[in-house]
Amino acid sequence: MFDAQPKSLPPSPGVGFKPQHYGDILVDPGAVTWLEVHAENYMGDGGRPIAQLRALADRFPISVHGVGLSIGGEDPLDRAHLARLRHLIDWLAPTSFSEHLAWSSHGGAFFNDLLPLPYTDATLASVADHINEVQDALGRRMLLENPSTYLDFDETSWLETEFFAQLVRRTDCGLLLDVNNVFVACTNRGEDPYSYIDAFPIEAVGEIHLGGHDAQQDEHGAPLLIDSHGTEVIDPVWALYAHTLRRTGPMATLIEWDNDVPDWPTLEAEATRAARVLAEGVA
Amino acid sequence: MNRFAPALLDPAAAVPAGLSDARGRSAKRRFDVYRNNVIVSLTEALETGFPVIEKLVGAEFFRAMAGVFVRSHPPVSPVLTMYGADLPAFLEQFEPVAHLPFLADVARLELALREAYHAADARPIAPDALTHPGLMEARIRLAPATRLVASPYPICAIWRANSEAGAPPARGGAETVLVTRPDWDPWPRPVSPDVARFIAALAAGQPFGAALAAAGDALDLSAVLTLLLDTKSITAIEVPT
Amino acid sequence: MTKPIKTLAVASAVATALAAHAAQAESHEGANEKCYGIALAGQNDCAAGPGTTCAGTASVDYQGNSWMLVPAGTCEGVAWEKIIPGGRDGSLEALDRDVPA
Repeated sequence: MFDAQPKSLPPSPGVGFKPQHYGDILVDPGAVTWLEVHAENYMGDGGRPIAQLRALADRFPISVHGVGLSIGGEDPLDRAHLARLRHLIDWLAPTSFSEHLAWSSHGGAFFNDLLPLPYTDATLASVADHINEVQDALGRRMLLENPSTYLDFDETSWLETEFFAQLVRRTDCGLLLDVNNVFVACTNRGEDPYSYIDAFPIEAVGEIHLGGHDAQQDEHGAPLLIDSHGTEVIDPVWALYAHTLRRTGPMATLIEWDNDVPDWPTLEAEATRAARVLAEGVA
Repeated sequence: MNRFAPALLDPAAAVPAGLSDARGRSAKRRFDVYRNNVIVSLTEALETGFPVIEKLVGAEFFRAMAGVFVRSHPPVSPVLTMYGADLPAFLEQFEPVAHLPFLADVARLELALREAYHAADARPIAPDALTHPGLMEARIRLAPATRLVASPYPICAIWRANSEAGAPPARGGAETVLVTRPDWDPWPRPVSPDVARFIAALAAGQPFGAALAAAGDALDLSAVLTLLLDTKSITAIEVPT
Repeated sequence: MTKPIKTLAVASAVATALAAHAAQAESHEGANEKCYGIALAGQNDCAAGPGTTCAGTASVDYQGNSWMLVPAGTCEGVAWEKIIPGGRDGSLEALDRDVPA
């Protein structure tokens, strides 16, 4: 619908770019073959952030990952923000653009968190409209990411996997499958993450995310996992990832580490582990 | 979301109706995860933007104060690059720091540095361009990163004492700080009042001669031009035709 | 100053500045001082907070008696008795007395 021959990220590991790793990445990227940046951090007029991104884009495929569009919100999309995004996408020409099934703005305030929405006929229509508006404004297909959620809405009437399948049908968008988010959200709901992966509209997936999470308990003693991106990926998530790859085939896989950012060798080691799992999946 | 959003910022509010865990039980701790994410992430954005204010009041006090600020001044844009532009005015009104009246201007300096960090790039002129015979009538365009911050307190000295190893404790009186960005790093330095008047007049678009008049006869013109050249702050000389 | 004399003074100042700037450029010193040792961190990300704090649920009433915190660390870098007219001795104890507890 948008690109006859859509560009896609390489079916190999990438990492979320952090400025403190800039020098290391240029010297030796190791297993890292592409980079992801958060769109909102590159909306200034110039200076070092933009210059670094330009230089990295000469060497690596770049994925732009938005965190502020509030696609799942009740309010209309922020046109000024969409215009900023359009400007970034135009000059950078990234390989991929993705956003979240979540909301972050309401009534003029921005909450800087990926907040949950009920899955109803009304929100399905509204989110589909927003995705269409984004894809039209950017002139490209976007990927939509499954969220980490911590609670449920009584009014929800769609399974999350069905909700995504409907969105793909209505907007022709692609999907970003965050395997850690699947593990976190399913555990928080007391559901089986493998069943979620098996029910997910896998043919639309264009990218996988992996990251670390925190484990706590709610007031009933039930597990409450939190998507903190502050540690290594845990073994059960690596196992779920291997299972996911059996459905998707080789797939671009991002390591996200946003809090307590480690030194480059530690982050690169996570990418190397992803490369190993990818290779085993092919063998 | 009409119920969800206000409860995020109000710790005393009940968990909004219609939210539960997967078994239909209360979701207090689950909702608090979102509350916490909002306040902690925005507090961290302020810590990133105001490291010297944080150092001056201490990390624990800063986090508590940030909690008050975030709830009364949540961001209005999804771009957090300049979040906290209202913090100086907030500091002027925040009673627990009323005895530290220099904080607001130090915060203004930190904002100016952050603006300079993200300002548009610009190529400096070839220095020879200053020898143009029409210089007195020309308008001097300054780099987009250029900022002036004036204060009755020695804010640049305070900033240095809390940013650079081995810098002496701050003392003294009023300072006007010129922020430039020669390459990628903003550079603050105090300038004399006449230099500040000269640069402010240039920034306001006054011709070179008028800016000289605004600065007054005591201006050390060769020194200020050297400074502007060294910091790559002059990006165009527009001579009227 | 008359206009021609002023113009002459300006030309002389420009010449001095060009020479000084050329010397600076040759020695590569002065303007390269860094404010941000590493790049300023981006402020938007998509991670949750650590979840272990209670920042989202703590009481924030600073009016009246519940604001127990006082600024700490102010005395580290500021000889502030020297910069505020009538400023007090810069000890933490002195600060304590000024804050409603």
